[in-house]
Amino acid sequence: MEPNAFMYLTVSAFMFVIGVVGVLTRRNGIVVFMCVELMLNAVNLSLITFSKMHAVAAAAGGTAADVNPAAGSMMVFFVMCVAAAEAVVGLAIVIAIFRNKLHIDINDVNILKW
Amino acid sequence: MTFDSAFQIVFFWFFAILGIAGGIGLITQKNPVMAALSLILNFFSIAGLYLSLQAEFIAVIQVLVYAGAIMVLFLFVIMLLKLQNEQNQQFDVMKGLAFLLGLAFLGELLLVMNSFMGKSVTGGFAMGKVEPIGMQMMTNYLFPFEMISVVLLAALIGAIVIAKKHTY
Repeated sequence: MEPNAFMYLTVSAFMFVIGVVGVLTRRNGIVVFMCVELMLNAVNLSLITFSKMHAVAAAAGGTAADVNPAAGSMMVFFVMCVAAAEAVVGLAIVIAIFRNKLHIDINDVNILKW
Repeated sequence: MTFDSAFQIVFFWFFAILGIAGGIGLITQKNPVMAALSLILNFFSIAGLYLSLQAEFIAVIQVLVYAGAIMVLFLFVIMLLKLQNEQNQQFDVMKGLAFLLGLAFLGELLLVMNSFMGKSVTGGFAMGKVEPIGMQMMTNYLFPFEMISVVLLAALIGAIVIAKKHTY
């Protein structure tokens, strides 16, 4: 069976759910952070899949001129840029937490909780 | 079945299984360094899936930015902080609950995505080449492209301010 949109979306869904379970179960701050990156990547994969799916459908329907072929790629590009910025700030926060508490167990970081 | 479509199937399944294995490795490895390496495996296989969707530019960016730059940053921070492995397994009920929630969410996603069954993603025209992307970036998406540089600058300054050793 040739790979269709559903198969790619299934892979993306599996990765996203793995990320969700990781965020909920892991206690190491950096690993939780990496799970968030995994979720971002899963969504990027489904964005590219949808972009390709619509491009193929437009090419088959004879309306290819109406479709912006780079729209999905641009979306993913911007998501990646924001993810990079988020990774930098998040790791800086992790370092700041480690400097204060000498560990990054997120169950134990609750000084903002009232 | 032609050679091309057989190759496509093998390519897809290889990277799909590798990617999900990387994800599972990320959440099961106790050692953070091994978790980061599993995530790099996952990023590489997502780049492979991008290639099979003819998004070549994004595939290259995935390897360069994610597997290259961001994960190196993660590994540096992990090795800088000298973390101990997670050991004690308390809150087992919470973990089971999280697993169930994940399963429910997965079922929901698959139910919704069922309507895309059989939609083709092969053939069509080239959509991920550098030329149309560069053209779009400098015309339609010029303003977001410029704003991204401001976001990156703000992140840079914020990271320095947050991680700096305060001497007051």
